[in-house]
Amino acid sequence: MIEMTDIRKSFGSNHVLRGLNLSVPKGTSMVIIGGSGTGKSIALKCVLGLVKQDSGTVMVDGKDASKGDRDAFLARFGMLFQGGALFDSLPVWQNVAFRLLRGSLKRPHDEARAIAIEKLRRVGLKADVADRFPAELSGGMQKRVGLARAIAAEPEIIFFDEPTTGLDPIMSGVINELIREIVVEMGATAMTITHDMTSVRAIADNIAMLHEGVIQWTGPVAEMDQSGNPYLEQFIQGKADGPIEAVR
Amino acid sequence: MRPLALLGRAVLAALAMIGRIALFAVEAISHILRPPFYGREFLSALMNIGWLSLPVVGLTAVFTGGALALQIYAGGSRFNAEAVVPQIVAVGMVRELGPVLVGLMIAARVTSSIAAEIATMKVTEQIDALVTLSTHPMKYLTVPRVLAAVLVVPLLVGVGDIIGIFGGYAVATGTLGFNPAGYIRNTVNFLEPLDVISSLTKGAVFGFAAALMGCYHGMNSGRGAMGVGRATKTAVEGAAILILAANFVLTGVFFTL
Repeated sequence: MIEMTDIRKSFGSNHVLRGLNLSVPKGTSMVIIGGSGTGKSIALKCVLGLVKQDSGTVMVDGKDASKGDRDAFLARFGMLFQGGALFDSLPVWQNVAFRLLRGSLKRPHDEARAIAIEKLRRVGLKADVADRFPAELSGGMQKRVGLARAIAAEPEIIFFDEPTTGLDPIMSGVINELIREIVVEMGATAMTITHDMTSVRAIADNIAMLHEGVIQWTGPVAEMDQSGNPYLEQFIQGKADGPIEAVR
Repeated sequence: MRPLALLGRAVLAALAMIGRIALFAVEAISHILRPPFYGREFLSALMNIGWLSLPVVGLTAVFTGGALALQIYAGGSRFNAEAVVPQIVAVGMVRELGPVLVGLMIAARVTSSIAAEIATMKVTEQIDALVTLSTHPMKYLTVPRVLAAVLVVPLLVGVGDIIGIFGGYAVATGTLGFNPAGYIRNTVNFLEPLDVISSLTKGAVFGFAAALMGCYHGMNSGRGAMGVGRATKTAVEGAAILILAANFVLTGVFFTL
C-alpha cells in the first residue's frame, strides 16, 4: 500500500503539487492522468525520493519512505522511464541485469545474464538482442528493454512513466498488454502516469485525475466514464472547453 | 547603485558556486573511502583518462620541449649562456610546463568528455535510473573518474616530462650542435628529486580538479542540448582556471621548500 498525504512541492514560484493525497492499495494498478506539467512525474519521483517534497508524507506499507534503509527500500521498486533511460555504455543484457550485477542483489555473472535473457524473452525480445547496445535498438525495443530492466529483480512495486509515449498505436498496444500481464503475473503494485486513454483502459484498476497540484477525482476505471467530474470528463473526451484551461 | 548591485550579485553567485563545488569535493572524497567500490568503472576511467590521453600528451610535450630548447638557445646566446639549454629545458618541463600543459590537455579532453557524458545521462534520466537501481551516482560516476584521474594524471605528467625533455634533446642535438651524451648527463645531474616530486604532485592535484569539475558540472547540468553544452563549456573553463590557480599556489609552496 502506497499512501501519499498532503504532498506539496514548488519550484520557485511554480507550485506543482499543492496537497496531493492518493492511496494505492497493494497489488492494484493505479494510473495517474492529467495534462502536461501538472506534476504527475514529480509525484512518482517523490515516492522514490528522487525529488524531495516540501511537505507531506509518503508511506509504503505503513513505513515512512524517507526513513530507514534506502537501499532496501529502493530494492522493492522497479521503474520504466519515459525515454527508457538505458545506459548507453552497457550492452542490453547488462542494462537489464544492472541490479543483479552489483549491490545487495548481486548474482554470479552467468546467472545474471541468464536472468536478463529470460526477462528479455518475457518482453518479446530474442536472445540476440542481449549483446547489442541501446543505440542500436528502435524506440519500441528500447521500451521493452526498459520494461525488462524494471522487472529483472522482481520488484513488489513498479512505476511506469509514460510507457507508450513516442510509440505507434500497435507498439503501444503491445506495451500496454505486456504491462498488464506482468503486473498481474507478478502480483505487483503498479503506478503509471500517462496521457494515453487507451493505455488507461488497458492498464488501470483505478485512476486518479491530477490537475492544479491536487487529485480532482479518483476511483475504479469502470466508473471513469460516469464520474460526473468535469475535469475528468473534459480530459477523457479531449475537449478544448471546460474547467481545464487550454492554451490555443 | 545598480552596477554595484549587479557586481554584488555576481560575486555572491560565484561564492555560492565555489561553496557547492567544495561540498561536492568533500562528498566525493568521503565516498572514495566507503564501499561499495565499482572496479569496472574505475578501470574504464583509467583507460579513458590515462591510456587514451597518451597521444595528445606526447605530442604536446614533444613540440613544447623542442620549442623550449630553441627559445632558451636564442635567449641564452644573447649573454653567452647557450650551454644551459639542457638544464633549463629539464627544469622548465618538469617543474612547470609538463604538469601545466598536461593538466590543460586533460581539462580539454577529459573534463569535457566527463561533463558531456554525465550531463547527457542527467538529461535522459539515466542518473535517476541509477538511483532507482539502488546505485549511488556519486559512487558509480564520480568516484571512479576522480580516483582514476588522481592516480593516472601524475603518470601522464611523468611521461610528458620525459617526452618534453626528449623533444628538447632532439632539437638541441639535431640542429643546435649539442653533444648527445653531454646533454643527457647535464639533464640528469641538474634535476633534483624535489623537481620530480613537485611535478607529480601537481599532476595529482590537476587530475583531481579536472575530473571533479567534469563530474560537478555534468551532475548539475541544465535541461536539453543547451544544458549539456553549457555544462561542458563551464566545466572546461572551471577546470582550466582551477588548474592554473592551483599551479600558482603549488609552485609557491614548492618554491619555499
